[in-house]
Amino acid sequence: MLLALGFTFVPTVVHAMHIMEGMLPPLWCVFWYAVSLPFFMYGLYRLKKISENSNSKNTKLMFALCGAFVFVLSSLKLPSVTGSSSHPTGVGLGTVMFGPGVLVIMGVIVLLFQALLLAHGGLTTLGANAFSMTIVGPIIGFLVLILCKKMNVNKKVAIFLCAFFADLSTYVTTAFQLAVVFPDPNKGILGAAVKFMGIYAVTQVPLALAEGFLTVIVYNLIVSNGLWKEGSTILNEEY
Amino acid sequence: MKNTKQNVILLVIVVCLVVFPLVFIKGGEFGGSDDQGTAQIKKNDPSYRVWAHPLWTPPSGEIETLIFTLQGSFGTGVIAYIIGFARGKKKNSKEE
Repeated sequence: MLLALGFTFVPTVVHAMHIMEGMLPPLWCVFWYAVSLPFFMYGLYRLKKISENSNSKNTKLMFALCGAFVFVLSSLKLPSVTGSSSHPTGVGLGTVMFGPGVLVIMGVIVLLFQALLLAHGGLTTLGANAFSMTIVGPIIGFLVLILCKKMNVNKKVAIFLCAFFADLSTYVTTAFQLAVVFPDPNKGILGAAVKFMGIYAVTQVPLALAEGFLTVIVYNLIVSNGLWKEGSTILNEEY
Repeated sequence: MKNTKQNVILLVIVVCLVVFPLVFIKGGEFGGSDDQGTAQIKKNDPSYRVWAHPLWTPPSGEIETLIFTLQGSFGTGVIAYIIGFARGKKKNSKEE
């Protein structure tokens, strides 16, 4: 039923990775800024702590690499099976190596770049966009990692799943953020959310798959070139 | 499985994922997602007025592509530099 609903709306593809400038009422903009701010502060704290207490010498280099990965992936507007294009988020790699938190900083830099120079996303909607992409995404990815570890899932598979779900959850969050503000005229908030999500499920899945594979590729390159020890992902670190 | 072999296989999968819709989806316009998101919002709430506009918009699609490319190549440059550097260092230390 859900799926059927999703397919019905496929022709009107909607998958707003970024909520555009001015597309959220002022109060909601303030709300999402307020929600995201503590995470941003925590991100700064984590960034400082990790670079100070790190016994692995490549930490700063790896910060740069994870940030660059977000930069690259969010510039790739890939075609999807629904006949439109969208882009991955790239937050999975950083989540695997540093856990959630630091991704907020990297993500906000990318979002600012796109808002200021590309008119994609916006300054008023920055809080909302940061929340979906740099907060919810990495946290979900992190939870997936923990779950995989508990279930003894193969490490590469775990990294793939982390990136996959981090990407997908970003879009699901955006769907809800929009649905709350712009409910469906007939079916209300849930109706709008189902509508957005039905579309997301179809649109973003192949892109999230691609992001998952790319994340594993870069991770392989990092490990096999001795930049990062296999053991020292976030899961081996004491919290 | 060796990492290199694994990477090649994964890369092929990624390329297939990207190429598949281009080849098999007929009538797809592959438009940007943001504009379509905006359109959907207007559908749900026709009375909503956009109250803020981007400070600066790329003057044309060409310029927009340029900046997107810059974003991608900047990131790729950093990644390639770091991995290339590490690779050279590893090779060097092996030879010594």
